[in-house]
Amino acid sequence: MEHVVELKNVTKNFKGFSVENMDLQVKKGFVTGFIGANGAGKSTTIKMIMNLLKPDAGEVKVFGLDFKTHEKEIKERIGFVYDSNVFYEGMNLKDIKRVVGPAYKQWDDHLFYQYVEQFELPLNKSLKKFSKGMQMKASLAVALSHRAELIIMDEPTAGLDPIFRRELLDLLQEIMIDRNRTIFFSTHITTDLERVADYIAFINKGELLFNQSMLDVADNYALVKGSVELLDRDTEKSLLHVHRASTGFEALTDNIQAVKSMFGDSVVIERASMEDIMYYMKGGMQHV
Amino acid sequence: MQIIISNSSKEPIYEQIINQIKSSILTGELQEGAPLPSMRKLAKDLQISVITTKRAYEELEKAGFIYSIVGKGSFVAEQNLEIIREKKLKVIEEQLTAVITNSREIGLSLDELQELLKLLYEE
Repeated sequence: MEHVVELKNVTKNFKGFSVENMDLQVKKGFVTGFIGANGAGKSTTIKMIMNLLKPDAGEVKVFGLDFKTHEKEIKERIGFVYDSNVFYEGMNLKDIKRVVGPAYKQWDDHLFYQYVEQFELPLNKSLKKFSKGMQMKASLAVALSHRAELIIMDEPTAGLDPIFRRELLDLLQEIMIDRNRTIFFSTHITTDLERVADYIAFINKGELLFNQSMLDVADNYALVKGSVELLDRDTEKSLLHVHRASTGFEALTDNIQAVKSMFGDSVVIERASMEDIMYYMKGGMQHV
Repeated sequence: MQIIISNSSKEPIYEQIINQIKSSILTGELQEGAPLPSMRKLAKDLQISVITTKRAYEELEKAGFIYSIVGKGSFVAEQNLEIIREKKLKVIEEQLTAVITNSREIGLSLDELQELLKLLYEE
């Protein structure tokens, strides 16, 4: 099975917001970064993958299974990593082990203690006194201790200081040495993606704009800069979104080859960061 | 095996990996049959995504520099003619660079040097 998560034609309507006809696949053995601005539909999508929200239409499959018939089995194999409110207030990690452990068939006390030690977490301190980063690590330790194959994280690095962030990214990479693991995480800190993500799924206003490998993104997308006189109806066809200024234009393209054959050496072509791509694609959608 | 990745280089990261592993093979630092780290381990060590090391290994494999056995990992392949040719070319490049340095020292122009090379080549 190549896809751990598969959304087919999924639609969910809320007042004033909807996710419509979403098709999304998450590849096994890789890290998929899920990006989009605030309110783009990231959390809604994650909730549907976790079966915390039911889609109005369409199909959600996890590990090739349907929640309707295999809810328990799916949940055994998913670890949801979140930075707060997941654990009962006032509990410490020992309590968590006692309460949460028995809920999972695959739970391993030995592994749990190993991760608690590796992540340098206190066993007897109340979780509500944990920093955001520590809560994230605690949550990750729990997921790993029941040998979750699919780890879903909602904004795992938001609000973490740079050192903690880096440590968390190191951890994620260590987790991925096991080829049977899959990570799906939402973020709007795009620099996290450039380091760990293999695939990028980009959602905007409830619509999936693309789901591509990082290498394809790097091969296809670029920033193009040049003099405004170069722009006309024909040349603009190779550009996705153009920003004009008195000093020249800057644009995003998803077809570097077309830009090269159209403009030759008259423009500067630069690598586009994920942030550039997000910025331009979001801007472009607003004008439509 | 040492691999140094530059994030500010224009060369894509997977190409940097390919070139450095190739050069380790061509210089004999990595011998035939030598095991390479798994692409997942390498990704972690280099702090880059798995898909990047995967692409590098796939291209090295396509070019015949390494081979992979499922469940065992990747290894340096037996050197084929093309590799040997590249090896030779590398040596020639180095020798020519020395020639150019020497020529510059005595103010020999490119034309004069080419003339000399032509003469010797056709001898």
